[in-house]
Amino acid sequence: MTAVAPRSRSVLGAAVAPFRSSTALGVGLAFIAVHLVLAVLAPVIAGHDPVATDATDVLAGPSWAHWLGTDQYGRDLLSRTLNGGRYALLVTFLATTIAVAVGTVVGCVTAYADNWFDEVVMRVVDALLSVPSILALLVVVTVFDAGLWVIVLAVTVVYAPAVTRVVRGAARTVITQDYVTAARARGERAVSIVFREILPNVLDVVLVEFAMRASWIVLLVASLSFLGFGANPPTPDWGLMVQENRTALTVVPLGTLAPIVALATLVVGLNLAADGLAKSLGVDRAQQGAGA
Amino acid sequence: MNVLVPALRRLGIAVLTVVLASLFVFLAVQALPGDVAQQLLGQNATPEAVQQLRATLGLDENVWLRYLQWLAGAAHGDFGTSLVSGEPVAPTLLTAFRNSMLIALPAMLVGVTLSLALGVLAGVRRGRATDRIVSTVSLLVMSVPEFMVATVLVLLFAIGLPVFPAVVLRGSDATVAELLPTVWLPIVVLTLAMAAYILRTARSSTIDVMASEFVTTAELKGLTMRRVVWKHALPSALLPTLNVIALNVAWLLGGVVVVENVFNYPGMGKLMLESVSNRDLPTIEAIALLSALVYVVCNLAADLVALALDPKLRTRQRRTRTRPVRSTRKAHA
Repeated sequence: MTAVAPRSRSVLGAAVAPFRSSTALGVGLAFIAVHLVLAVLAPVIAGHDPVATDATDVLAGPSWAHWLGTDQYGRDLLSRTLNGGRYALLVTFLATTIAVAVGTVVGCVTAYADNWFDEVVMRVVDALLSVPSILALLVVVTVFDAGLWVIVLAVTVVYAPAVTRVVRGAARTVITQDYVTAARARGERAVSIVFREILPNVLDVVLVEFAMRASWIVLLVASLSFLGFGANPPTPDWGLMVQENRTALTVVPLGTLAPIVALATLVVGLNLAADGLAKSLGVDRAQQGAGA
Repeated sequence: MNVLVPALRRLGIAVLTVVLASLFVFLAVQALPGDVAQQLLGQNATPEAVQQLRATLGLDENVWLRYLQWLAGAAHGDFGTSLVSGEPVAPTLLTAFRNSMLIALPAMLVGVTLSLALGVLAGVRRGRATDRIVSTVSLLVMSVPEFMVATVLVLLFAIGLPVFPAVVLRGSDATVAELLPTVWLPIVVLTLAMAAYILRTARSSTIDVMASEFVTTAELKGLTMRRVVWKHALPSALLPTLNVIALNVAWLLGGVVVVENVFNYPGMGKLMLESVSNRDLPTIEAIALLSALVYVVCNLAADLVALALDPKLRTRQRRTRTRPVRSTRKAHA
């Protein structure tokens, strides 16, 4: 509940240590790496246009031409799954990076300010957190019309407040450290203290936060597509694929299973990485995470 | 006495949070594209008719004024009239809320009990087979989206082995008795979805407590393992889990969206989806307000219970007034 274990000031040491002490991290990163490679090589491996329809070859089982079969419009399921991975990884990476970056900066600044500003920010954060994330997402997506950047914006609105709160908590324990007091005594400017003293020392928390948020964001973006508010058809998106192929589950189970297995392995990888990072960096992950 | 001040402070913050949340949603909803009056009257409406409806709906007035009027109405339980059905929002919302509670409450009870029991068990037997199995399964459950769990359950128990109905065929006018046969599969999905997170928190805090000095002392005193766990470790291990439970309970309200969508269940989540696609502004605002209220009440309850249970929290609160307990709490949605 309280803090984060004693922090080493060596960023390099913190970066290397995890790999020595955690198999979970290694396995998790391996999962993610496989997804990355598949996403990059998708056009080479897939061999079909993910949106090309073929009325003569619908709802087919696995064959030499279509390794995973085809869906109700005759689109190649392997190509759609692989290209869905590109989309999922891109959205997740952008959304997570922006949400975590915004949350981290606001969290550090507000923790350092520790005055009326902090109070105002935290009340706004509380209010934003109290609105169900899916409702906030639906409203943002409806206002701006679905698209890659709108989903990224919506996820930022939903997750930045949560990150802010976590980082602020970690930053407050850093602020009581002697080196921050020393920096203040040296008369350093606030900007310099926030970015050069506080920020580097909450990086372990931020890193765990990143991995954990990413795992939720993958699921959230897929859920949004599944509900029909995310990616527009015929975009190859995992959530959308499940929605489209669910009704034909008994005919072509692979249409639903392929995107789900892809989604689940990516999330397992991210979760394992988050677990491993938390363990080797001494961040209490269970306390950080709650609900989706 | 010293408990009263932080308790009152939390209460004040809770009220402020709900008001702020309602303001944000009100403003965001105003930005939804499309003219409401135009949409209600259809494409063929004359500009005069649209103008008149705008005036009747009060759409031309100042946003802040409308917000205050709406808030005053909401305080009396009057959420306005649905733009789609023309009926008052409050009764529709209450029915949907009741239907959602029908699946959310059992899921909460089963989910919290199950996950606490398994989490503590795994924590006590850290590193052994029980722990490995429980941890792996919870990781898997956490990584599979709800819509998949729901789809698989439908395939198994509605199509493969026709025990439960696959979807609810009744609309929002269904009575509780009519809904009862249909609630089981949604309950299972929600239970699984929320249990994984609580389980992991319970496990990790149990591990922390079991490693602490006072548990070692209890063990060295020669107490039985059973007694050490039940009397010493469990109460302390549950404390950090409280917040996570509160957040998950509050999350259920938003989390029901996907589940209700899959099962076509007439609850809050379905109402939320419908009102967003129909631009039914008063209904969206009412749902947001109700959800924010539930979130805040759950968190407040968790905070107050923690405050009442934990003497450490009380003294820390008093000693350093500039650093309220909230700041050290890292749980969140």
